[in-house]
Amino acid sequence: MLEIRDLLKSYTEPSGNRLLILDIPQLNIAQGEQVVLRGESGGGKTTLLHIISGIVTADSGSIRLDGTELTAFSESRRDRIRADKMGYVFQSFNLLPAFTALENVRLGMTFARKKLSAERGKELLSKVGLADRMHYRPSQLSVGQQQRVAVARALANKPRLLLADEPTANVDPANQKRIIDLIKEVCRDELVAILLVTHSDEIAGQFERVERLEQINRAFADRIVTPDP
Amino acid sequence: MNLFSIAIRNLTYRKLPTALTMLSMALGVALVVLVLTISGVIERTFERTSNVGYNLIVGAKGSDIQLTFNTVFFLSQPVENVKYSYYMEYLPGDQRQKEYQRIGGDLPEPDRNGLYSFFMKGGFAIPLCMGDYVGSFRCIGTTPDYFNLLKHGDDLDYRFSKGRNFVDYSDDNGYFEAVVGSQVAYEMNLDIGSEIFASHGAAGGAQHNDGFRVVGILEPTGTPNDRGAFINIEGFYLLEGHVAPDRDERSGTEVKGTANAPERDTRLSKTRLPIDRREVTAILVKLEGPRGIGLQQSVNKTAFAQAVSPISVISGLLVFFVSPIKWALLAITSLVCLVSAISILVGIYNSMSERKRDIAVMRALGASRDHITSIILVESVLIAVGGGAIGWIAGHAVGPLSNTWTERATGVRINFFSINSVQEPFIVPGLIVIGILAGIIPALSAYRTSVAKSL
Repeated sequence: MLEIRDLLKSYTEPSGNRLLILDIPQLNIAQGEQVVLRGESGGGKTTLLHIISGIVTADSGSIRLDGTELTAFSESRRDRIRADKMGYVFQSFNLLPAFTALENVRLGMTFARKKLSAERGKELLSKVGLADRMHYRPSQLSVGQQQRVAVARALANKPRLLLADEPTANVDPANQKRIIDLIKEVCRDELVAILLVTHSDEIAGQFERVERLEQINRAFADRIVTPDP
Repeated sequence: MNLFSIAIRNLTYRKLPTALTMLSMALGVALVVLVLTISGVIERTFERTSNVGYNLIVGAKGSDIQLTFNTVFFLSQPVENVKYSYYMEYLPGDQRQKEYQRIGGDLPEPDRNGLYSFFMKGGFAIPLCMGDYVGSFRCIGTTPDYFNLLKHGDDLDYRFSKGRNFVDYSDDNGYFEAVVGSQVAYEMNLDIGSEIFASHGAAGGAQHNDGFRVVGILEPTGTPNDRGAFINIEGFYLLEGHVAPDRDERSGTEVKGTANAPERDTRLSKTRLPIDRREVTAILVKLEGPRGIGLQQSVNKTAFAQAVSPISVISGLLVFFVSPIKWALLAITSLVCLVSAISILVGIYNSMSERKRDIAVMRALGASRDHITSIILVESVLIAVGGGAIGWIAGHAVGPLSNTWTERATGVRINFFSINSVQEPFIVPGLIVIGILAGIIPALSAYRTSVAKSL
């Protein structure tokens, strides 16, 4: 379902040096597969998620989703694909404070081309155990509840792939397992593949497939420092 | 959810800043509406007033504006007088003869056609005598024809809310009958049967001894006639100081002792002031057909008289004075709207730094840059149009609230939904344009938001 080949990404440091962040020869995720990506802080995990979702572009390489090459697309096309086929769970939930839980979930459907029933928002909130909190604003929800809304929002548009960036980093330990179980269960029910980023051993241990960024990313081993001409 | 509902939710979440910005726009639009309403009322009043029912005003040589102001609006002081016999030059032979027999006095060739009677076929001429006051209102001496023949506004007849028109001679009141305008009756608390006394020369001046009985009160006309006290010209001539004296041929000065009123034993005496002792301040001329220019040119060639088209003078006033003032006021109030637009821009722009993360989240959810830009522009337009709607309502509410005074003063009734100016329908499109322009810079800022950095 997701195929990454020869992906390169570098940044220019303030000093002017080009720093190669990602050099991934290959990464594949099958339909419905649940994968954890582990790595040290600052290693490029979030950057990889941003590239897969089309928020930023790679310097070169191939990213195919269901056989469609994403790197060749314009920004607006990538936005549409992200809206239609991907869901994103952020580390800090990033719920919009002006909107209720239900409206935050429906925001996940607003920009997709496929027309989904407005009832889907309610169904998802029920699935994550927040049927009685639909009309609450984020400020009126607990941290754990906010993250559950974020999970529901990420799945609102029936994505093919869910990208989760340290989804339990701001959640208390008691709720962390519940959130991960929830993500796994809902994605399994909806046949959504998962690429979940974490630096937690405990969370990684709950998944069958764990990839280490240091092992799939050649740039980690030999950071190339090239001054700009 | 759609972009429109997202924009509305963003605005309602920041209630106070949104309300304050809308309030400033409301103030600007309310001022614009007020200026347009007031100028619309003024223009309609002028229009209504300029439909005076006659084509020309003939009076003594002098300022045409002063003659028009005095005759139509009862403002300013009268220009010099012309002889009553000059007024009779506007009558055909049979009417001149009748007038001569009715009044008496010295008039050469009373049965010939008047010099200007050729132009008057199918029309009429009405004499006016002015210079006195009733209270603070102008007193006009005229004939019953003023209300029997003239029309006002949209070709309407003069009607009386109470009583009737005065007549040439009444068995009850002799020559001393009067009709007052609606405003005069209201402010001076007059009714049918009240007696009014004219003051000579100025409001609050010495009153004449003979009073005039009010026999009619006009319905409101929305013209200056609402503020006029009209007395029988025959009675006017019997008041002290209204007799034309002999004048020295060389110097033109008054010959003392010649301005004597006729002897009368009772108030109901039928003695009239003879023609050769009468003068008029103005002659209202109504013409049938395109004879106006010919008559105007003929009169203006004389050394002592002028003929003025009141519509031309009034239109000139509108064009040269009222219109520029209106546009100047509109420019000032539009500046207020511009300042409000800048406050919209500043308000939304300042909120962009707080909203960078929200924008990045929406982009991460699949919103394109165009989606985000559209949301910001919609917010800006909603503030402008919403504030404008409040201002429109407030501006229009002032009209009906002031109707008690406005209708009495101008005859124009302002309804809440009435559009008083051709410029007013442009307010809404103008607000949309203002909203879009004010939103462009914040929208560009949102457009350039870096998703990766903001997340």
